[in-house]
Amino acid sequence: MKKSLWVFVLFVGALAALPLVFHDPFPRHLLIMVMLYATMSIGWNIIGGYTGQVSFGNAAFFGVGAYTTAVLLINYGITPWVGMLAGCVLSVGLAIIVGYPCFRLQGHYFAIATIAVGEIMLVIFTNWDYVGAAVGIYIPILEESFINFEFHSSKIPYYYIVLAMLLFAIAVSYAIEKSRLGYYLRAIKDDPDGARSLGIDIQRYKLIAFSISAVLTSICGTFYAQYVLYIHPSSTMDLMMSIQLCIIVLIGGIGKLFGPVVGAFVFIPLTELTRVYLGSEGQGIDMIIYSLLIIVLAIARPQGLWALFKKGER
Amino acid sequence: MEGVFTQTLVSGLLMGFIYALIAVGLTMIFGMMDIVNFAHGDYLMVAMYFAYWFFVLFGMDPLQSLPLVTLLLFGLGIITYYILIKPIINAPMLSQIFVTFGVLILLRGLAQFFWKADYRMIPQTWLSGNINFFDVYIGIPQLTAAGGAILCNGLILWFLKKTRLGMALEAVSEDKEAARLMGINSDRMFALAWGIGIATVGVAGSLLTSFYYVFPEVGANFGLVAFVVVALGGFGSVAGAFIAGIIVGLVEVLGGYLIAPSLKFMFVLILYLAVVFIRPQGLMGKK
Repeated sequence: MKKSLWVFVLFVGALAALPLVFHDPFPRHLLIMVMLYATMSIGWNIIGGYTGQVSFGNAAFFGVGAYTTAVLLINYGITPWVGMLAGCVLSVGLAIIVGYPCFRLQGHYFAIATIAVGEIMLVIFTNWDYVGAAVGIYIPILEESFINFEFHSSKIPYYYIVLAMLLFAIAVSYAIEKSRLGYYLRAIKDDPDGARSLGIDIQRYKLIAFSISAVLTSICGTFYAQYVLYIHPSSTMDLMMSIQLCIIVLIGGIGKLFGPVVGAFVFIPLTELTRVYLGSEGQGIDMIIYSLLIIVLAIARPQGLWALFKKGER
Repeated sequence: MEGVFTQTLVSGLLMGFIYALIAVGLTMIFGMMDIVNFAHGDYLMVAMYFAYWFFVLFGMDPLQSLPLVTLLLFGLGIITYYILIKPIINAPMLSQIFVTFGVLILLRGLAQFFWKADYRMIPQTWLSGNINFFDVYIGIPQLTAAGGAILCNGLILWFLKKTRLGMALEAVSEDKEAARLMGINSDRMFALAWGIGIATVGVAGSLLTSFYYVFPEVGANFGLVAFVVVALGGFGSVAGAFIAGIIVGLVEVLGGYLIAPSLKFMFVLILYLAVVFIRPQGLMGKK
């Protein structure tokens, strides 16, 4: 226990120090994307890993976070930080509206229902003129400041903001693992009938897990909007993005605290680097590599790469 | 105005038959071994590229290459079963979902690598043109595709209900243990179900190539529509999938016609949600 705490402190320390080593924008950007996806994947892990409800619609929360922030900033001049909170509130609302009927569905029916919800959101946003329809929204360039959540001269502030978000997500996930909620969620995953007979309100705890998942995904949407300064439906709520979150968790280790972090550190560099170095010649190669990785992992090592580090947990 | 309406209905109906054919393969595999093939639409994409390739390389019309494409897809289905599905047949649902999702991404990745993201279409086929039927214009490729789909669906139903092999297949899907005691090798039956299930999208893909663009993501929407059809018809029900395919085709065009064409796909998805919430067993599924 003590040892793993030291490893964690070392890991965070290294992450915090890395931008001082890397001065080029690209490695910094790469690490920002890794941490952003790690945060979102921790969010997915709470509903998909701990609770065992495979959601292919989590990108919808990312989109809600991004769009809420952008719309509030452009139309009302509200700071993105408040937009982040508003995005969370709307995402939780969406999670409850969607979860309430969908959590009655079992297995595949649930997974496909989340795909349907995600795709319906995509169609709505692609046709909704108020949010820029298919063209999307350009976030106005404002003066560089923390309150404006815009930094143009360097990526460093973005780096530390996303690092803080990642630590927040890890803390939330850790707190769930150690609390009664965590035991309830795992009971729901492993034996729903048994959990029900013990008096656990399954529907309620699934909704709580989904809401937490929604919050962690939504804040990433806000960050993305302010980081890239341009959002459109297929960059913020595409089905492929939801799938990527599951893949990251699967690669790292499903239902494990650091599984999503390990997964993001493997997956994001793999896709970003193949895209950069192989360019259009290598179109699809990243997909081929990671699909083979997923297939092999799902067949031979469902516990993910994290189990390599933790020999005791096999 | 009335003419446009009839025209819309007819095109929805014709598309519905093709949806039915795609969904029949999906529902067969599901009914047999309780595995949802998330890559189903992407096998359709592969079939369409094969048809396109036969045209570009050998100048073969999609109708000429149809038997070859179907055979290739049949083989692909069998290979998929033995290499990827057999190891996870008793694995947790999560592993099963990820394996077929892995196949989905693999096939899309391969398509992007070999053919790039461009939209491709066979410019002139044997079937190009329209016929005018009481002032309703019907595309000959669409009409042929619908006819082919009906024929193929009928063949599958006949095979399942009237031949010994088909009945063995149905027996395994109803009760694996009992079928095994009767001396039916369920492993071979599973492989056969994958072969036939994927071969149906081989037929559908060849027929579609006469009038539809081919691109790496083409399977995405067809795959989702197939899920909707299967859910509506009842998971595992071949006859249900046929009726549901027609309903979905009509819902899609009517939603597009009455409300907005750009939203038509949304109505199909809403139909899925409505079905699984109100009648989870579908129209003709077992409870």
